Amino acid sequence: MNFSEQLIAFNTIMVREFLRFIRIWVQTIIPPVITMALYFIIFGKLIGSQIGDIDGYRYMDYIVPGLILMAVITNSYANVVSSFFSAKFQKNIEEMIISPLPNYIILAGYISGGVARGVTVGITVTGVSMFFSDFQIHSLSITLAVFILTSILFSIAGLINAAYARSFDDITIIPTFVLTPLTYLGGIFYSIKMLPEFWQNISLGNPILYMINAFRYGLLGVSDIDVTSALVIIVVFIIILFAFALNLLNKGVGIKP
Amino acid sequence: MPTNALSIKNLKKTYRNGTVALRGVDLTVEEGDFFALLGPNGAGKSTTISIISSLTNKSSGSVQVFGHDIETDSTTARSMIGLVPQEFNFNVFEPVVEILINQAGYYGICRRVATQRAEKYLRKLGLWDKRFDMARELSGGMKRRLMIARALVHEPKLLILDEPTAGVDIEIRHSMWEFLREINASGTTIILTTHYLEEAESLCNNIAIIDKGITIEHTSMRKLLDRLHIETFVLYLENSIDELPVCADYSLRLIDNNTIEADVAHSQSLNEIFKIFTDCNINVVSMRNKTNRLEQLFVSMVRDGNANNYSRDEA
Repeated sequence: MNFSEQLIAFNTIMVREFLRFIRIWVQTIIPPVITMALYFIIFGKLIGSQIGDIDGYRYMDYIVPGLILMAVITNSYANVVSSFFSAKFQKNIEEMIISPLPNYIILAGYISGGVARGVTVGITVTGVSMFFSDFQIHSLSITLAVFILTSILFSIAGLINAAYARSFDDITIIPTFVLTPLTYLGGIFYSIKMLPEFWQNISLGNPILYMINAFRYGLLGVSDIDVTSALVIIVVFIIILFAFALNLLNKGVGIKP
Repeated sequence: MPTNALSIKNLKKTYRNGTVALRGVDLTVEEGDFFALLGPNGAGKSTTISIISSLTNKSSGSVQVFGHDIETDSTTARSMIGLVPQEFNFNVFEPVVEILINQAGYYGICRRVATQRAEKYLRKLGLWDKRFDMARELSGGMKRRLMIARALVHEPKLLILDEPTAGVDIEIRHSMWEFLREINASGTTIILTTHYLEEAESLCNNIAIIDKGITIEHTSMRKLLDRLHIETFVLYLENSIDELPVCADYSLRLIDNNTIEADVAHSQSLNEIFKIFTDCNINVVSMRNKTNRLEQLFVSMVRDGNANNYSRDEA
């Protein structure tokens, strides 16, 4: 396939993936918006009003970046893991395998779908957060960079999960037992400076901490982590996981007997 | 010298669980052929097809599609193949027309051309009225036709059909046969696997039979059928008879007062039987083959089949 044909193929997967989650928007867009609105009301307004400022920001304003990014992470991941596993389950993944599509185009196509859903949900949740918080964007470029890079990273992670998954249970194990705890412990609701030194050091092993802090820096200008290091770490994770996922597709793990 | 559309040499496949599916399949299909790939359940037909179309990794051996190796030149090889698999494998939550347009997109065909082709093949296969329906809403026969349309949308040079008419009613099956003949006549090489041996006999020029993971027969349909020495015909009579006419050279059986079965060897002529019947004032109003000829051969070959039986006639 020449470059132009590859571009058409990539665009086909991207549009297909976009239409897939838009077609079922009640299942894909509305639930995270409701969940985040509840977080804003309960943790931000009701409990947050009893908590003092953190790094010079009201508690409500402090948790908004983390909650937006949590929505981006879970939705990018969920989009790819469910779409790729469904394609395996229904066997329509075979439509792509028999075609001359290079595997990196398949991977890029699924990532684009995950990013599209992550961004769509992220923007919607950001819109909802405006009703509760009046934050100003500190650095648009860093905000957008973290937004996109995080959704790319978790889209790839979703595809890896789906490639190994053999049942629908397998696609819920990682989000439930790994992703959610890491997200909650990634500093959405608190600054790691509030933790004892031991737990601060443990927290530094959590990659999501870097993303949330980098995103918080983009929106509010405060972070527990050096932002450049955080961006480098995200990019390194993307490169490693991309190579790993591509290798899985090349070997046909989970898709070719 | 004509190009081979497909050339398979000593193809072997052992699955991870240790199941040996192919023990050495050899196959050659010439360009433009309508080729039957037959075998009993579990013989290795679907595994062979899956390997040709890159859905399954082979253990050893070589597969070339129009001279392009499926491993070293897989992009070119894959672009030439259209596959209609045995099981439905489309996204049932997508509209029919989108399934075709997306499939074309995977081959790098722009949306404008893909839309035109989708219309062409959906119309030919009687699915145009259903183009906006979700695939899950189609009947079984429509789903089969959708898979054929999808396999053709990138206009492959080699079309592989794995039991395309399974579960399809006879009227639709015949219309599908006509369509496939038309596609073949336009230059597309077709490989067909089917359990309807009448279908293979009616459509295909050449044939291979696989059993227990090896090729036990590879020849032209005509040569294969010539091996059948005796055919049994059922003759329906106008008037009742109580006794069979004297007919020493033929084996005749009276099934009922109006029906006779006659075994006719290839060296014998049906005219002789009719002459004897005419002399006895017996009028035959209609007749048919008692069994499908290919079916008779197939059953005996698979029953006795082993590697030693493999004989290959160059067409």
